[in-house]
Amino acid sequence: MTSTLTDAAHRLVRFDVAQRTAHWLVALGFAVLTFTGIPLYFGSFFGILFARHQIQTIHLWTGLVLPLPVLVSLAGSWGRRMRRDLHRFAYWSRAEVRWLATLGRENTDLDKFNPGQKANALFIGAAIVVLWFSGYILQWFRFFPVSWREGATVTHDTVAFAAFAVVVGHIVMALTHRDALVSMIKGTVSRDWAERHAGEWAGEQESAS
Amino acid sequence: MGRRLFLGLVALGGAGVAFGGQVQKALSSKLGSGFASLLPGGDHFRIYTITGSYPDVPTSSFRLTVSGLVDTPMTLTFDELTALPSLDIVKGFQCVTGWRVENVPWKGVSLAHLLTMAGVQSSAIAVSFDSYDHADSESLLIDQAHLPDVIVAYEMYGKPVSREHGGPVRLVVPQMYGYKSLKWLSGIRVVDRVEPGFWEQNGYPTNGWLDGSTGATNPSPQLS
Repeated sequence: MTSTLTDAAHRLVRFDVAQRTAHWLVALGFAVLTFTGIPLYFGSFFGILFARHQIQTIHLWTGLVLPLPVLVSLAGSWGRRMRRDLHRFAYWSRAEVRWLATLGRENTDLDKFNPGQKANALFIGAAIVVLWFSGYILQWFRFFPVSWREGATVTHDTVAFAAFAVVVGHIVMALTHRDALVSMIKGTVSRDWAERHAGEWAGEQESAS
Repeated sequence: MGRRLFLGLVALGGAGVAFGGQVQKALSSKLGSGFASLLPGGDHFRIYTITGSYPDVPTSSFRLTVSGLVDTPMTLTFDELTALPSLDIVKGFQCVTGWRVENVPWKGVSLAHLLTMAGVQSSAIAVSFDSYDHADSESLLIDQAHLPDVIVAYEMYGKPVSREHGGPVRLVVPQMYGYKSLKWLSGIRVVDRVEPGFWEQNGYPTNGWLDGSTGATNPSPQLS
């Protein structure tokens, strides 16, 4: 796991500034949403410490702006790498589907992201969309029928719990895979790491440079 | 594959919004609300306060006043209230924002009984309710206040109404959204005009009927 080649010339850019900024802003937003969402759901204890409507206001505005960093990072000239990665999430080779089906036991030369990482990104992306719309219904409930408000409550809570579990898993993976974590902080990985964990992508980088 | 997975998950979320309420109801009727309450989103009370704290009212110092346009204004202690003929109801509790708890057993005194004891004068139009939190207030038209299932409750699930649920005594109006069921009830005032309560001043309908109607059997409130 340790990189033997630390020379800057032997490092590959995995995430550029736009991507890292978007990632950490979303992470910060998610933390705020979790810490405000918990007392909104289990109100009985926290209601004594803070006024519910204050917690609710923080939760609402954080949730409303959460997708913005991702959308901004996709737009404009700075979004080229982000758009290319989105394309990677969208299209899977047959080998990748097999990789996921066998939980990584069937080896293949991997793209920049392994199918588990791709599934994580797709799930969190979909969860943000669902949480955003169901949260919108909960806030501006007057414009929606009661059955939708009930459904939005169930959906928002269920998806929030699922997203929390997935993010905890994501953090555990990050903490146990140091090079991947460092690449989301500093932006680069060693060529050595890339060849072992994302061989296909490492090959592309070689031919590109 | 990736795009289909993403769109499938979003569609699943949309289906959850459209049908999640029915699924939750079906689960709690099949499995009992005890099981459904373990599921996220399902069947549990969210505790709201306006002030950020829960009033702490010991039953020894609790007083319920019935005043305004009545022949006999009353001040009841907790013991006097609970000594009155009691009424048990089991009703769903529906919040206007979407959550719902099925089959909540309440015990209390019929509001109509209290109003009859005090003797409502003919000039009365509405009843205003005050809370020990000194912030929330509610209002019902005289006819609405006489509905047989509107109670001044002191027991919930067979136990004293807890502080967070509005104890020692709260109003329960099962045919309307939860915000009409004022917590920490301190006063009942019979008045000659509708005084919109806290939530009504913040945009909720004065008639909080669960079916969203303006109340076919009751006149619209006269807002003045």
